[in-house]
Amino acid sequence: MIKKSFTKENFVKWVLTAFALSSLLFLFLIFAFILFEGLPLFLKIGLSKIIAGFKWAPTKGSFGIFPMIVSSFLVTFGALIIGAPMGLSCAIYLSEYSGKRMKMFLKPALELLAGIPSVVYGFLGVIYIVPLVRNYLGGSGFSLLSTSIILGVMILPTIISISFDALTSVPRTYREGSFAMGATKWQTIYRVVIPSAKSGILASFILGMGRAIGETMAVIMIAGNALRIPVSILDPLRTLTGNIALELAYATGDHRLGLFSTGVVLLVIIMILNYIANFGIKRKVIK
Amino acid sequence: MDIKIKIEKLKVAFGKNEILKGISADVFKNQITGFMGPAGSGKSTLISVINRMIDFEDHVAIAGKVYIDGEDILGEEIDDVQLRRRVGTVFAVPIPLPRSIFENVAYGPRLQGISDRIKIREIVRDSLKKAFLWDEVKDRMNTSALKLSGGQQQRLCLARTLALVPEIILLDEPCSGLDPISTAKIEEALDELKKDYTIILVSNNTKQIARITDFVSFFYMGDLIEYGPTERVFTNPSIKQTEDYIQGKFG
Amino acid sequence: MRINPRIVDAAAKVGLSGQAFFTVGILIVIVAIICVKGLPYVNMEFIVSSPEDMGRHGGIFSAIIGTGLLAFLSILFATPLGVGTAIFLTEYTKESAFTKMIRFGVESLAGIPSILYGLFGFIFFVIKLGMGWSLLAGVLTMTIMILPTIIRTSEEAIKSVPRNLRIVSYSLSATKWETVTKVVLPAAAPGILTGIMLSVGRAVGETAAVIFTMGSSLRLPTSLMDSGRTMAVHFYILAREGISMEKAYATALVLVFSILFINVIAYYIMNKVTSRYS
Repeated sequence: MIKKSFTKENFVKWVLTAFALSSLLFLFLIFAFILFEGLPLFLKIGLSKIIAGFKWAPTKGSFGIFPMIVSSFLVTFGALIIGAPMGLSCAIYLSEYSGKRMKMFLKPALELLAGIPSVVYGFLGVIYIVPLVRNYLGGSGFSLLSTSIILGVMILPTIISISFDALTSVPRTYREGSFAMGATKWQTIYRVVIPSAKSGILASFILGMGRAIGETMAVIMIAGNALRIPVSILDPLRTLTGNIALELAYATGDHRLGLFSTGVVLLVIIMILNYIANFGIKRKVIK
Repeated sequence: MDIKIKIEKLKVAFGKNEILKGISADVFKNQITGFMGPAGSGKSTLISVINRMIDFEDHVAIAGKVYIDGEDILGEEIDDVQLRRRVGTVFAVPIPLPRSIFENVAYGPRLQGISDRIKIREIVRDSLKKAFLWDEVKDRMNTSALKLSGGQQQRLCLARTLALVPEIILLDEPCSGLDPISTAKIEEALDELKKDYTIILVSNNTKQIARITDFVSFFYMGDLIEYGPTERVFTNPSIKQTEDYIQGKFG
Repeated sequence: MRINPRIVDAAAKVGLSGQAFFTVGILIVIVAIICVKGLPYVNMEFIVSSPEDMGRHGGIFSAIIGTGLLAFLSILFATPLGVGTAIFLTEYTKESAFTKMIRFGVESLAGIPSILYGLFGFIFFVIKLGMGWSLLAGVLTMTIMILPTIIRTSEEAIKSVPRNLRIVSYSLSATKWETVTKVVLPAAAPGILTGIMLSVGRAVGETAAVIFTMGSSLRLPTSLMDSGRTMAVHFYILAREGISMEKAYATALVLVFSILFINVIAYYIMNKVTSRYS
């Protein structure tokens, strides 16, 4: 009954360990290559001239992406203003009001929204939202507002599914306690359920922000891509992601490096958002 | 009588909680040995040491020795998988694998590398016969094992263990969830099986222990209080606690 | 004056349900628009003939093949890696600093937006490794991109397999790997399949990461080193460059329905699983 020193079992364990490490390897490669390409320009031109610079003229040596950073945050907050209340309402309806059958239909239907490709959202935005904004509110229609609307819809599935999980993990006894004291359903939701699920809901908003700030194809189709800070919601704008996608195909030399510098800034913002959502917010796990 | 399992000063602790406090006992070959005692007395833990299933628990500390046919099975270098081919286990709750009746019984033999169809069919049939289940399932070998009744499932689990062709069979309260008729069938099967196997039966049911075991050990709070031939222990217990337990005064 | 809580309660119910149905309405409107505008131009010929004149005429056959190849090959690479990682995390280790690190890696990969995958794939596979715009570069980039989804869904599926089944398998003298392959994976298969289907949907709908790695050649790729075009990329180019609205809508129809179909299958499988263990 003595164990063999080299067995299939050991071999399997090593292979699986290697597989598990591959995720870390890929993450490392992504960081390494984006930083490797993106950092030299920061050293050559200076951090402040890039992230605080106003002028993007990469063929003439100006690599300022400040307007894009501002624009990225603007569309993200715009998306959140539209998507957060909508998404949270849906999540509340699903977890607190809808019956079992209704849930069986609604939940997959809402999640299917995540399956629609971003190019399709962008296209429909161009055809329907942009003219609407142009005709009723003015401007070209390619604007902060149009982009926020489309992004707001695109982040709904993220917000709904994570908020829903947070709401359903609130123990039933909390609700029963509230009902027992004569509270109405809405009072119970508003005063007991939502506060208990607060951290999960917050995480859903932050992950929604992460999606919005990283979204590319829909944005370049409807944002107008102008190289300045928008002063009204009807102004066009260019985001960090849009900057990369619009110019990567033909950029060379320092111009290409500039796009990687844009990527570095985006990567840093995304990592911070993800870190906050996954680890920074202590999500209560109630089982 | 030959000694099959020799337990020497066995101590087991989960974290700071000492479950077995230094047990020594010999289990004899081709006999049914009963382990009885109230819940938490350590009898199930002892079972899980003998089949080394305790390896899957966290924060366990084990001291002492357990020998099977003179070989220490607790050593680091012992292959626990090979050990479990020699020591079969039937758990308290019947847990069929989510596959057919046939495939449940054939699971062990296939793991041992037997691939000859006729041979496997033979093993399955013999095992089911020994577990007194063959007549009830012979016409529906390909239906899911989950469709069987609780009593049938437990006999299936016994047949599945027998198909390993072990030397020792450990039964951890195998009848706790069963009706009297199913229990009787299992007891009948065990009585037949002891010709070929060494059997350890853990049970809370003192009547069952009295009915079918040859030797019995009484556990209490991690200690082995009394150990001897069943008849002697039940008619003339040498320790007061054993007597109280048998008479149902606690437990 | 204090508003009667019953009235607030009723209003909340109406408002919330209205919001939920409005959101589902968005999905229905999107699908309806694409159907109405695209259906007249979708026929068998559109599916089986290749695009001509930049896609102004002809069909989308090469784009369908390009999409299929990209999705199939990425899944082929990502599934063993992802399922293997999930097995490692659930069966072969206890929670430790090491597993925390791997989980951090997986979470981080999941959060990286597709344009950064495109940027990475472009510099690493296309330029540094010299693959050029090619199916291979696209597949490798997509493999990394869908890996976190496969890992997470597989892990969930594997965790939901009752511990008892493992215990029984070990007691019948199975090794860990035998237990994994013969008991755990078969029981977790539907959940894993759901993750794979969702990943296929993601690969089919992706544009940003694909266009910079696989390129956008209209020709049918005949080797891994050929560039190719997926339906999503084709649609983007048709729409963005205003080549043909008719063809754009028709492509969108095929694209969206492929994805919806794949997702519906995924949810169907998932529902079967959840009802089995609850």
